[in-house]
Amino acid sequence: MTAGRSGTVGRPGLVLEVDRSTPPTMFWHGDGFRMERLPVGSRVVYPPEPAVPLSDPTAAIREALENPLGDSKPLSALLRAGMRLTIAFDDVSLPLPPMQAPDVRQQVIEAVLDEAARAGVDDVVLVAALALHRRLTEAELRHVLGDRIYDAFAPTGRLTQHDAEDHDNLIHLGQTDRGEDVELNKRAATSDLLVYVNINLVSMDGGHKSVATGLASYRSLRHHHNTHTMVHSRSFMDPASSELHSSNWRMGRLIRDAGVKIFQIETTLDGRSFPDAYGFLNRREWEWKARDRATFLGAKTALDRLPPRLAQTMMQRTRSPYRLTSVQAGEVEAVHDRTIDVVLNQQRVVVEGQADILTMGLTYLGPYNVNSIMNPVLVACLGLGYFFNSYIGKPLVRQGGVVIMSHPTPWAFDPVHHPSYIDFFERVLTETTDPAEMEAKFEESFATDPWYIHLYRTGNAYHGVHPFYMWYWTAHALDHLGAVIVVGGERRAVRRLGFRSASTMQDALEIASDVVGRDPTLTHLHTPPLLMADVR
Amino acid sequence: MKALVVERSLPRFAAARLRSTLGMGPGGAVSPVRLADVDAPRPPGPGWHLVRTILSGICGSDLATVEGRSSRWFEPIVSFPFVPGHEVVGHVDSDPSDRVVLEAVLSCASRGIDPPCAACASGRVGNCESISLGALSPGLQTGFCCDTGGGWAGALVAHESQLHRVPDELSDTEAVLAEPVACGVHAALAAPEAEAATVAVVGAGTVGLAVTAALHRFVRPASLVVSARHTHQQKLAVHLGADVTVGSEGTVAAVRRVTRTMTVGGRLTGGADVVYDCVGSAQSLHESLAVVRPRGTIVLAGMPSPARVDLTPLWQREVKLAGAYAYGLEDRTRGARSGDGRPGGVGSGDGGSGDGRRSSFDMAFELVAAAGLGRLVSASYPLDRHEEALAHASSAGRRGAVKIVFEPGARRTPPSGRQSRSAQSRAREA
Repeated sequence: MTAGRSGTVGRPGLVLEVDRSTPPTMFWHGDGFRMERLPVGSRVVYPPEPAVPLSDPTAAIREALENPLGDSKPLSALLRAGMRLTIAFDDVSLPLPPMQAPDVRQQVIEAVLDEAARAGVDDVVLVAALALHRRLTEAELRHVLGDRIYDAFAPTGRLTQHDAEDHDNLIHLGQTDRGEDVELNKRAATSDLLVYVNINLVSMDGGHKSVATGLASYRSLRHHHNTHTMVHSRSFMDPASSELHSSNWRMGRLIRDAGVKIFQIETTLDGRSFPDAYGFLNRREWEWKARDRATFLGAKTALDRLPPRLAQTMMQRTRSPYRLTSVQAGEVEAVHDRTIDVVLNQQRVVVEGQADILTMGLTYLGPYNVNSIMNPVLVACLGLGYFFNSYIGKPLVRQGGVVIMSHPTPWAFDPVHHPSYIDFFERVLTETTDPAEMEAKFEESFATDPWYIHLYRTGNAYHGVHPFYMWYWTAHALDHLGAVIVVGGERRAVRRLGFRSASTMQDALEIASDVVGRDPTLTHLHTPPLLMADVR
Repeated sequence: MKALVVERSLPRFAAARLRSTLGMGPGGAVSPVRLADVDAPRPPGPGWHLVRTILSGICGSDLATVEGRSSRWFEPIVSFPFVPGHEVVGHVDSDPSDRVVLEAVLSCASRGIDPPCAACASGRVGNCESISLGALSPGLQTGFCCDTGGGWAGALVAHESQLHRVPDELSDTEAVLAEPVACGVHAALAAPEAEAATVAVVGAGTVGLAVTAALHRFVRPASLVVSARHTHQQKLAVHLGADVTVGSEGTVAAVRRVTRTMTVGGRLTGGADVVYDCVGSAQSLHESLAVVRPRGTIVLAGMPSPARVDLTPLWQREVKLAGAYAYGLEDRTRGARSGDGRPGGVGSGDGGSGDGRRSSFDMAFELVAAAGLGRLVSASYPLDRHEEALAHASSAGRRGAVKIVFEPGARRTPPSGRQSRSAQSRAREA
């Protein structure tokens, strides 16, 4: 159930055909922007405008908890004194950019804790569902949960972060009928009730993936975070065609059948990714007013002139004014079906036919570099993983076509967050860019490296195997495309990725002509804000 | 005959050092080396032969000399004026069909000292205690002694104990590498614990590549990491047996990956069992200390210059630091491998001592042929273009080269530099 006009969209998405009067198109370019004049006849796919948010999110959350979907009882009926309650929540990779306080997870968890207090539940533990992501810092936890929850739980050790390498606190629940191991956080799996609090920014998120991935170990994750799964997920953003989705669902059902009682709470946000100071980002170029142009010019000039580190810091401080558009609670699959409807309703844009060339501007931020550096591997993952796969039906670019990405792609890594990425870049990509080959030859040594495990468990590092997963995310695109070109990237970093480098969009189009001929069709993905292309 | 001669001239050495410090390379009007017309040296006694130089390499120690960077340690064990060049392939004047390479150390045998010192008696000629005694002027090697001449001339004299007959299957280009490769073999065998261990080689010039090839063929470490500044060096290292190659800034990370050790404050808690420092600079020794494990061994194979190095890790981690100089008779149990790469018996020829040991040169001949080390020779120059040759050698890494040699018998060639056919093709391959 939802309160308010859940997920009601503003103006729908749009496919604009570029003509001579079309103003230049804004491309994200890392911490900055570029204006590109696309060839006449190109198509620009714009996302729908932000959906109308719920008028009373607090009431909507409480209503969802008491009116669950599927065969679940209301939350209040599931809570009793003396029980063990675990509340797991999505980590800092969601939403993007991080939202202005209060974070929606804080709002939901406060409501759940109120219910637990009313029922006299004392044994409550919070778990950040990290999977193999990095641990959150105290500041990040405070931002996600709010000071009140943090101060109530952290000092007593009841605010935890999932540790996929803490073998004493993992439990093997069995294997699916495909032989997939399901190994989970023991506290979560053995609690009387596991409440999972999700933010569903894209259609890959949520559902059984929340628990089956977020609270799992490497032993479990390797069954779907691999090249085979990613190549056979077309796309991994489309649940109906995603092998990643199917594997998580098999695991989720095994978890359910093993007796783990899950109360799933999923939320959707309105797509207002950037604050009013960056209002031009939420508008289409030909609708920019004088203020938008002035803001754009000011932002671009400042970002271009700032030292890269300062520009990065400035952009990383961006907090989105996201607002809640829906909240669903109850049984996992029923909840997720409704959530996916809302997400696709908010993000779907129908596009007729594929193009020879797909262009995209890549931002400073992806799920794995919040408060950090967008290293070259993450650039590849954002473009060829997330954006390329933002489709239903078929890719925006044809088989054998070309993707042109705009990003500075600096040869820069965060040694605290991404230590194994540095070695991956130096050791693995120098030998192969073939996902299957690196999986066979290198994955295990990185996954079991005691130093990476130590940093993952005690610091704020992504797990040693994580860069492999990011590269697997690109596997479908690499399998599908004839070439990948990066505009404005650091040449040696781009070359290390196995891509081609171009100084300007014109140069990139010239290079692309070797692959797709001299009169190609071109589609530009104008995102973020996010969209899902329904390609027919 | 034409010869390149180094004379004792402190102003010239000071000027050369200044040029080197300023990154100007060797040469110039004030260089301590000059091209001169000299008489061929006379054999100083029985058992000595006049050797006509075919090719003579430019070694790092030669460059250090002409750039004024050599340690003053050498002052009492060299004699001026001398003709440099100790990497030599030539033919004995009395038998032009007989090609020989020079075992450059001037040990007791060549100095007419009998009985020999304990080191020479045991086949460790590199450790000879008589290098400034006997019938010859001081000189640790041919190429640093005023009596013998050196390879950077049309001819030199050599004692029969210094000469090794070149196997027919080796070309001149390959044979000129026998001396530096023998040094590489000797260094590789200096740390028996390298067998089946994790080994790092710091530096991939001629010495580093020779050590790499020798380790791969004669020692068989479990894992061999080579740190090389230049891309062509990294490619060559892979061809010669390196399991992992990295740029010099990536050595610590690479050794960490291979050894799966932890780091504390950016320092490895473990590290490689054996590290071969094939550069000999403060930086390379610092790098070696950073990647060697506690109680591990560093073999200093590159000729060092005076350097400031923090030896605290050597003390705190009980690291062994061992020098590896020249050559001699090696432990024969570290046998050659047969052509299919499997461990095999000892090599052919008479390079053995009859007591289970084998000459470094014999092993070097085998290694040069088996590993195709002739490809390391990148260019050859006539003596009258010595400034270009020395500049090329001094910047070999940056210019995609490895070993530069003189060809004293060659006439002056156009400024592009003369490369032997095999050198040209191998340079391209490299």
